[in-house]
Amino acid sequence: MTTRNTEPRTQSPDAELRKVFEKPALLLKTEHSLCPGCGEPLALRTILELLQELDLRDRTICVCGIGCYTAFPSIIDIDVLQALHGRAPSVATGVKRTLPDRFVFTLQGDGDMVSEGLQEVIHTAARGEKVTAILLNNGVFGETGGHMTATSVIGQHTKTTVGGRDPERHGNPIKISELIAPLDGVAYVARGAMHTPAAIKWTKQCLQDAFQSQLDGRGFSLVEILTMCPTDWFVPPESGTQWLEDNLKTTYPLRVIKAVS
Amino acid sequence: MECYPLLTKEGARGRFEMSLPPPDPLLRKEGGRVLMEGSQALAEAAVQAGCRFYAGYPITPSTEILEYMSVRMPQVGGVCMNAESEIEAIGMVWGAAGTGARAMTASTGQGISLMQESFAELANAQIPVVVVNMCRGQGDYFQSTRGGGHGDYRFIVLSPASAQEAVDLTFQAFHLADKWRNPVMIMGDFLLSHTSELVEFHPIDERSLTPKTWATTGAAGRKAITLTPLGPSEKLSTNVAGALAGVVQKHPAIRRDEVRVDCGWLDDAVLVVVAFGFPGRFVKYAVQLARARGRKVGYVRPISLWPFPSDAVTQAAAHAKVVAVFELNSGQMIEDVQLAVLGRAPVVAIGGISHDHSGFGVGPMLNVEYVLQRIEETYPQ
Repeated sequence: MTTRNTEPRTQSPDAELRKVFEKPALLLKTEHSLCPGCGEPLALRTILELLQELDLRDRTICVCGIGCYTAFPSIIDIDVLQALHGRAPSVATGVKRTLPDRFVFTLQGDGDMVSEGLQEVIHTAARGEKVTAILLNNGVFGETGGHMTATSVIGQHTKTTVGGRDPERHGNPIKISELIAPLDGVAYVARGAMHTPAAIKWTKQCLQDAFQSQLDGRGFSLVEILTMCPTDWFVPPESGTQWLEDNLKTTYPLRVIKAVS
Repeated sequence: MECYPLLTKEGARGRFEMSLPPPDPLLRKEGGRVLMEGSQALAEAAVQAGCRFYAGYPITPSTEILEYMSVRMPQVGGVCMNAESEIEAIGMVWGAAGTGARAMTASTGQGISLMQESFAELANAQIPVVVVNMCRGQGDYFQSTRGGGHGDYRFIVLSPASAQEAVDLTFQAFHLADKWRNPVMIMGDFLLSHTSELVEFHPIDERSLTPKTWATTGAAGRKAITLTPLGPSEKLSTNVAGALAGVVQKHPAIRRDEVRVDCGWLDDAVLVVVAFGFPGRFVKYAVQLARARGRKVGYVRPISLWPFPSDAVTQAAAHAKVVAVFELNSGQMIEDVQLAVLGRAPVVAIGGISHDHSGFGVGPMLNVEYVLQRIEETYPQ
């Protein structure tokens, strides 16, 4: 069993070792500034891998919202137009209508898209803008330090729902993907997650289908990605994935909600 | 001139024919002048200045610009969006301008209030947009020149007194926005928007402008960039403070280079009347009538409200015994006048809040007889 390790190399390392995993070329740094256990860098990597595989870098404009992920624009090798909190779908509309041959996607969190910017994303979807909206949903305002958003789940402890989110006191979470999908003009809606390798693989396929629907000019597409926020879920970093499985995913099941062919 | 196909009936049906009248063909033969409502003339000037993206939300008295653009933009390959709110309208304009297109929105004071957050950050991101604030009176001077947004931003603010000046200033607005990479506001009012006057269109020489290498168009053949109000555009740069400081460094140069003012009869004036916008035109006529009565009266009409023509006011005040400010609000521009006069002469308000029954339109104070009476009352004995 030890032969392989003890035998002297007869060929160069390059020939023997195949690189199966590496940093996407579109990522300009190897480290990020977000918390240990955060799901957003995983989502970013998945998006960048796909942009690279589809060779979209030169014609892509990312419209980025405001949240922890606003740290990303400066470390990715694609053009980014920074929008204000909640406004990314409108800004993306202006971009895509002006440059219809470009690939345009938005990056928003749940506070950004579902709390502050709900009107904008609904109208943008209903207009059938040919952009892809990517929602990083962790059910909490991470950047402000753990406050309730419109997608915080029932029972979730945040600094503004101490004792857990109570529908009577705090209202109910909005399932944005299910809300958007029935609108005419919407071509593709799916929900993925970043808490297991299988979920990441699933999410990447969802993103690819959404991107393709934009490239085919079919209409508005939305991919909701559940991400871990152990810091503001108040659990240890290593428990984030399980917390997502037990809490977020039960409210927000992973599935393709709409796919217009 | 072939640039007004909208004004033929193909593009307009039903009641639109009322609001978009065809120009008198005889007038068009004489030097290309055409009779247009101020708002439509302004919109046409924007199109001829190269504006290819317009987004707006209907609100009186700016709605005619949206109506005009909704027909006119598709004719020139542009885009007009009937946005679902003012906040979305300015967001869309942000996106279009971010790609380097010339883009504009219009609203009135109330809708402009909703856009303030974006205004502040558009200025910080150095994205050149043109905003028309077609106010219901003159109560939005502070809003236009100070703004309700956050931070150290300034808008260049131009205030036309006629449809022709609105046309000329619109050409300049797009040029200045690109030249300084700073938003420009055109501040009009109900009377400007809805008064039809003869106008002609003279695009300006724009060869001095440089290519928009800052625009996010997709990074083909170049390094990728970030166009953001939050910091530098270079990837991996952490010089946030430097980027924000860079935004305001141009303010002194704008104050120096972009002052626009209309003055008259100042040489021997003992009473100087300061007024802006369409009411400034009424004041000019009232001053002319006072002169005919032998009164030594002059006027200063600021055309750029920011930068404010402080030097012109200072010089006018040097020989005057009284400086009077006629504005249709409770006293807003008077603060800029006082800062320029700096105690050299008493500064008195001779205008005031004045609206018609709708709250939108022309109030009783906007009357040459009234202005003349106030000049007589204020005239130093």
